[in-house]
Amino acid sequence: MGLMAPKTMLHELTISELTGKLARREVSARQAMQACLDQISRTNPALNAFIRLDPNRALADADLADQAIAQGKTHAEFPLLGVPIATKDVIAVKDQPLNCGSKILGDFISPYDATVSRKLKEAGAVIFGRLNMDEFAMGSSTENSAFGVTRNPWDISRIPGGSSGGSAAAVAANLCYGALGSDTGGSVRQPAAFCGCVGLKPSYGRVSRYGLVAYASSLDQIGPITKTVGDAALLLETLAGHDPLDSTSVPQPVPRFTGELTGDIRGLRIGLPREYMVGGLDPEVKASVDASIRHLSSLGAEVVEISLPHTEHAIATYYIIATAEASANLARFDGIRYCKRAEGADVIDLYSRTRGSGFGEEVKRRIILGTYVLSSGYYDAYYLRAQKVRTLIRSDFVKAFESVDAIITPTSPTPPFKIGEKASDPLQMYLMDIFTISANLAGNCAISIPCGFTSPSPRLPLGMQILGPSFGESTLLRIAHAFEQSTPWHREHPPLDFATKS
Amino acid sequence: MSVEHIDVKYVAHLARLSLTADEESRFGNQLQDILQYIEKLKQVDVTGVEPTAHAFPLVNVTRKDEVRPGLTNDEALRNAPSKANGLFMVPKIVE
Repeated sequence: MGLMAPKTMLHELTISELTGKLARREVSARQAMQACLDQISRTNPALNAFIRLDPNRALADADLADQAIAQGKTHAEFPLLGVPIATKDVIAVKDQPLNCGSKILGDFISPYDATVSRKLKEAGAVIFGRLNMDEFAMGSSTENSAFGVTRNPWDISRIPGGSSGGSAAAVAANLCYGALGSDTGGSVRQPAAFCGCVGLKPSYGRVSRYGLVAYASSLDQIGPITKTVGDAALLLETLAGHDPLDSTSVPQPVPRFTGELTGDIRGLRIGLPREYMVGGLDPEVKASVDASIRHLSSLGAEVVEISLPHTEHAIATYYIIATAEASANLARFDGIRYCKRAEGADVIDLYSRTRGSGFGEEVKRRIILGTYVLSSGYYDAYYLRAQKVRTLIRSDFVKAFESVDAIITPTSPTPPFKIGEKASDPLQMYLMDIFTISANLAGNCAISIPCGFTSPSPRLPLGMQILGPSFGESTLLRIAHAFEQSTPWHREHPPLDFATKS
Repeated sequence: MSVEHIDVKYVAHLARLSLTADEESRFGNQLQDILQYIEKLKQVDVTGVEPTAHAFPLVNVTRKDEVRPGLTNDEALRNAPSKANGLFMVPKIVE
């Protein structure tokens, strides 16, 4: 036993491996939770992925799952029974704190469950802890958090990506078996790529946003960050489906995504947009994506060049639409029904001081930009024009998906960068989102999967993005799974040599 | 190509957002760069193009107007910065 490969520790298991062991009574939910808590004690002081944690409550909830298993509840009925899952600090979990990575919410406690939280609980998952993020999901590095920066488990001098950086760092370092993030312009996929995880942004309308604190409502989606594609499929099966509490939730049937992972991608047509492989692309990123495309071709996919001619306008379009919607959505944080209130001479002064002292710098910058592009005299020139260009960007994809089943791009133009490297130049930070934001503008589904590493030192994970048409998750997951199972990248764990000994 | 000057102080007032003098000048410069970048959208020919508000537009999403359980008064007030007699407390608005 154990001669061939190093023994996999309990906290290192995938969700499907863990549920197998729980079902066979080889481990208890309490042991699985304790394994996560121990790993958190060893590594979270350096990583800062979890910003809130109630270990006693987590263990008590795990005990409830063990009781359910003892009473004969099965994983066929409750697919996540006893599985510790953590959520980004922007998703409501009843009676748990919710801060959105901001100080403005003070001691806020969620009065209800988000639909995704309810669905996870109904599937038997043990939801625990709050994961760090860029404040109100505004950022690409998790440096914009009032709770401090999260560090990349592969190199703690680097950012984990953002805005779901806490979720990706936690999954990569095996602090939880899977996590939820939210993706408005790449905030699930880019941190997943930077930390060596799988990150899925479902199609717009696939997953309910009820109980997700809104950033940009026409773009936001909740998605899973996991260790494998199979786990992402399993979580999506749980999260997806129509919800009357979110009027943008689409009444489409939910396929059994885990049944789509056949490993067979022969004959599928994969498009490479010529606009994505030019200028500014890091040579190691390019080399790994090129090699991955050859690999997909060897698995029987047909690779063809396509064109998405409006790609160059995606970032400008995104930062007009997202900030405009944010300026309206964040108006609710005014110190009346919630928030840490700053007193003022009158109510306007109270609003201004509450918001001025509570919001961090990037949030203020985006509120100002969004207010400006919506303001009288500028609306047509900026907001309306951006919505029209959005139509053109979406049409590019509709046209492309008439001839291909999926589109491949790098997830990010560079490997994870150093903490502080881009912090002082917001525009440079925005330009990092070039490959991911189009999927949000067009409403497509997209996934990032590990596709290689940078040269030996530092050894940093690289991600490949696969894009599918709206409600095309089945094919997307099939391609991602076939690639993953025939490559070694997802099996490697970060060395975590900074961890304290237990 | 230069863009119009952005009056940060005025826009911050519209957004009910108090800024320090330092933030005002820093944001002014940074937003100028961002607006300069955004200017490139003006090169796109959008003649006859309809705007997209949602990637998957659904219309007339309604539900039956029925009484259903919601938050209790205590739950709704749980996070209030100031409350009394089951109400949110706010500064006097009308003299």
